[in-house]
Parts: sequence; structure tokens; C-alpha cells
Amino acid sequence: MRIKSPRDFWAGLMFIGFGLFFAIWATAHYQMGTAVRMGPAYFPVLLGGLLGVLGLIIFAGAFTMEGTPVPAFALRPLILISVGCVLYGYLMKPLGLVGATAALVFVSAAGGHEFKWKEVTIVYVVLMIFSWAVFVKGLTLPFPMWPEALGY
Amino acid sequence: MEILHNLILGFGVAISPIHLLYCFIGVLLGTLIGVLPGVGPVATIAMLLPITFNLSPVAALIMLAGIYYGAQYGGSTTAILVNIPGESSSVVTCLDGYQMARQGRAGPALAIAALGSFFAGCVATLLIAVAAPPLAEVALKFGPSEYFSLMVFGLVAATVLAHGSLIKAIAMVVWGLLFGLIGTDVNSGVLRFTFGVPELSDGIGFVIVAMGMFGTAEIISNLELKDKREVFTSKVTHLYPTKEDLKQSWAAVLRGTALGSCLGILPGGGALLSSFGAYSLEKKISKHPERFGKGAIEGVAAPESANNAGAQTSFIPMLTLGIPSNAVMALMIGALMIQGIAPGPQVMNEKPELFWGLIASMWVGNAMLVILNLPLIGMWVKLLTVPYRYLFPSILVFMSIGVFSLSNNPFDVLIMAIFGVMGYVCVKLECEPAPMILGFILGPLMEENLRRAMLLSRGDPTVFITKPISAAFMIASAILLVVVALPAIRKKREEVFVEEG
Repeated sequence: MRIKSPRDFWAGLMFIGFGLFFAIWATAHYQMGTAVRMGPAYFPVLLGGLLGVLGLIIFAGAFTMEGTPVPAFALRPLILISVGCVLYGYLMKPLGLVGATAALVFVSAAGGHEFKWKEVTIVYVVLMIFSWAVFVKGLTLPFPMWPEALGY
Repeated sequence: MEILHNLILGFGVAISPIHLLYCFIGVLLGTLIGVLPGVGPVATIAMLLPITFNLSPVAALIMLAGIYYGAQYGGSTTAILVNIPGESSSVVTCLDGYQMARQGRAGPALAIAALGSFFAGCVATLLIAVAAPPLAEVALKFGPSEYFSLMVFGLVAATVLAHGSLIKAIAMVVWGLLFGLIGTDVNSGVLRFTFGVPELSDGIGFVIVAMGMFGTAEIISNLELKDKREVFTSKVTHLYPTKEDLKQSWAAVLRGTALGSCLGILPGGGALLSSFGAYSLEKKISKHPERFGKGAIEGVAAPESANNAGAQTSFIPMLTLGIPSNAVMALMIGALMIQGIAPGPQVMNEKPELFWGLIASMWVGNAMLVILNLPLIGMWVKLLTVPYRYLFPSILVFMSIGVFSLSNNPFDVLIMAIFGVMGYVCVKLECEPAPMILGFILGPLMEENLRRAMLLSRGDPTVFITKPISAAFMIASAILLVVVALPAIRKKREEVFVEEG
């Protein structure tokens, strides 16, 4: 058996995996109920099963229909953009808006094609002023401005 | 007469200074993101949803709607001048619009795009005013089984009309439905799929999902491509189309508007499908199809009118039935729910100022857009010279602030990043994220209606095919699926999307 369409192969696997997971987890942990009085597991099991079947059809199709290979993943932007966002969230409380925005801007900018310290610093300063003016002053969102350690 | 009365009420709401302001902000932002390639209305509306907490429902909807139809105007500017679609719905405008720009006729192309859009916007606004009330009237009589079948139909139609593989689109819908079930089950109070994480007990905010799937995922995809732009700035000299241009394009505008209005109402329709459809139609019926792709003005006029008409009429199912026909409408429903308004046919009767105010604001917004886009075209062209490397960190900051501010919880930002990675993987595997977001928003609603329908029928599943309205939806869904699965039509469908996508 040769995989003719790698995209369908992986997509099929992904759907089968998620479908089975939802269906099995639901049956194991929640009440199924009856068709008249559906329990919390009823609809998820129905959907999980359906997703599994759809996944299986896609998976099977990968061996019969010619398709294109999965294009390469751009790991650099993928990782740096995701990490940048997560850092922003988790650094907001300890480092304040100033620190969190710096982390997001510099880390994510490193995921782009070109990284010039001067340019990114300017972008950072502009964004910082904008965030402060619009979100902290304008919309009065309760964000800490400065790092906790500074005692503000 | 009642329509007139209602429209007067609507205009009264729409032209109050505060709503004019939000309408202006909406269309301005819409034009801005429309002009900028790589920033779509879905991500923008998702970004702004948290801010709408502080606004009145009318102001919030007026602004968000303005972003959607405003983006249709802005998208054409980029398509014509740079040959890059600013929005996915202006992909076909590139074909002839850019050729016109190369021949030094960028001005007339931009003008006809804006005027065509304005005309289409006016017609679509009237159409909503005429068609929505009777539809809502019918929908008020729907019981749970009708609603369930309607949602099935909506989701099926949305996948059929989406581009790419049909079965993958259906799988994405089901996947979205499952994700929508995460959180507390309203009937039993059981926490489902929360895995002991307290933040998940209210479910995953769909703003977060939308921002991840459409925002961060899109940025990552964009960063793969080198940005290379050639802007025809110097060529925008005479703006107004000649008599000859107008003569060639008025019929195309009419056809584009008519087709766009029809396709917009269909679930899964909206701006994208309308512009593709209108372009194909023009090419088919033209006496000189060989002119297309070489700067035919009809090739700009028809799709640009159609995408604006489609963008606006796609509000009809959302406003009257509470069913989103595309990802933007799913976000609109989210905006209503944030405001504590249950979307559905009752909105029109209970909140006439919201309904009619929104409709009237669309006309006002379209008028603003013509002014924003024609005399101020130079400003938007300048914006195109801003490199993407400045833009994407800014977009990320706004998205992260928006998500973080939902509940001041870093966990939300983490979830956004996870959905971003998932969205990116889906794009790589050729699974469209749009059907998933429709499923996500409809998941709990579908379960609720299924439960109630089954309870009322004492567990008899045939209720869905014995009640006439429900049966009609089910049969329509089945026919759609069968028809699309037929080899001949399947090939045609793929051709349509490959040729123009």
C-alpha cells in the first residue's frame, strides 16, 4: 500500500484521533442517558463517532486518490509567534504591560524575514504608547504598567 | 408602509451622532484592513469583540458590520493596484483590475469598483429590509426539530459552498461542534472535557478560537511568503470613468448585484462566493470573453458589486434565524451573545431599534465608504508601502491584549496560541478553518434543540422527517450532499474554485 495523498493521510488520522478521543472519553466519564432524556455523553459520542467515520473515509481516500504532499512547516515563525503570545499572557502580571509587550514584539519579530534591532525597537515603542493610550487610559483596562518588582 | 415606518425608525437610530461615529470607525477600520493584505475581517472583528463589551448593542453591531462591508471596498484597492487580493473576496478583481492599472486605467477601475459596490450596497440594504421581516415571521413558528434541521441544512450548505474537499469540510464542522461542547453541560451541570482545568468550565471563548484559527495561524502562513509588492501609485491620475466605461459596466453591476444578493443569503455564501460567481457569469455571457484577464472593466464591476451585495445579504439568515452563514456572521452572533441578546427571529420584534438601526447604518456606511475610498485613495495607497514586518507584531499585540482582557487570564492567550498552531496545521492539510468556527458556535445550540426535539417526540427520531418544515430542510441537505458528491458536479465544483482561487 502506497500513500498517494499524504495530506489526506494525516488529516484522516487527525480526525480519527480526535473523534475516538471525544467518544471514548465521553463514554468513560459521563452518563449516556437515553434518546428521550439524553445524558451529557450522548451528543459527544454521536459526534465523535461521526468524526471518526469521516476521518476513516478521508484516511482510506489517501490510498486511492492521488494528492499533493504536505508542504514543509515554517517552524521558525510557528514557534516564535506562538511562544511570543504565550509569553505576553504569562508575563503580564509579573512584568507589566511594558515587559509583556517587549517580550511579544521582540520574540515574534524574530520570526519574520528580517530582524533589525532599530526597527523593532521603534515598533515596540510606538505600540507601547498606543497600548497605553488606548487600552489603559482610553478603555481603562486594569493592566499593570510596570514590573511588579519595581513596586508600582 | 410598515417598511417605510421601520426604515425611518432605523435611520433615526443610525444618524444619531454616536452611531454615526461607530459606523465611521467601523468602515474606516474595514477599509484599512481591506487594503492591507494578510489582515482579514474575521480576525479584526474577533480582535474588537472584547472591546464591544463596553458599547451598546446597536453601536457594537453597527461598528462590526461596517468592518465587514468596509473590507470589501478596501480589498479592491489592493487588488487593482498591487495585484494582491487585500481580501479573499477580491481575488478575482486582481485578474482584470490589475491589468487595467497596468494600462494606466487604475483610476476608472477603482471608481467603478467603488460605485458598483455602493449601488450593490443600496440594493442589498433594501433587500434586507423587505425580505427579513417575513422570514423572521416564519422562523418564529419553528420548534426544536425545525431548528435542528435548519442548523443541519445551514452547516451542510456551508460546507458544500466552501472551497476545498467536501468531506474534510464536513469533518471540520463536526470537529467544531465537538469543541463547542467543552464546558458545563447546561442540562446536567456536568463538566465536559474540561480535564480538571477550571478555566474550561465555561467553555472555550469563541473569540479566542477565532483569533487563533484566523489570526495567529494566518500570520504564520503569511510569514512563509516573501513580501514583494509593486504599487502603481503614479498611475492613479484621472479617477472618473469615461462614458464608454460606464456603458460597458452598468449591466455587469446590475448582474453582479443580483447574483451577489442571492448567493449572500445562502448558508456558506457571502462575499467570497459572490465575487467568484459574478466573475464566471460575466465571462460566460460576454460577447468577447477573450477580453477578460486583459483589463475588461466588467471583470472589475461585476465581482466588486457582487461581493458587497453578498457581504450585506449574508446578514439576513443571521438576523432572522440566528444562524450564521459564514465565519463573520458567527462572530456577529457572538457579539449579540456578549450583549446578552439571544440571536433569533425574536430580535426583530423585541429590539426593533437594533435591527432597523443596523440596516439603516449599512446604507449610511456605504455612503461614507464612497467618500473614504474615492477622494482619499492616495492615503490608502501610501498605507500599502508599510512593510508586513511592522504590521504583524502590531496585530499580535492587539490580539493578545484583546484575548487577555477577556478575563485577565493568561490561560486564554495560551489557548489562542494552541488554536493558532492547530489552524496552521489545518491549512497545511488543506482543511478549511471556516466551517469549524460555524460548528463551534452552533454546537451547544444543536445539542439543546436535538435534546428538546427528542424529548417532545418521546425518543422518536423520525420527528425530523415527519414534520413538514423539518423534513424539507433534511431533504434539501440530503439533495445538496448527493448532488455535490456526483462525479460530474464534483469536478465542476473543484474547477470553479481552482480556476479562480
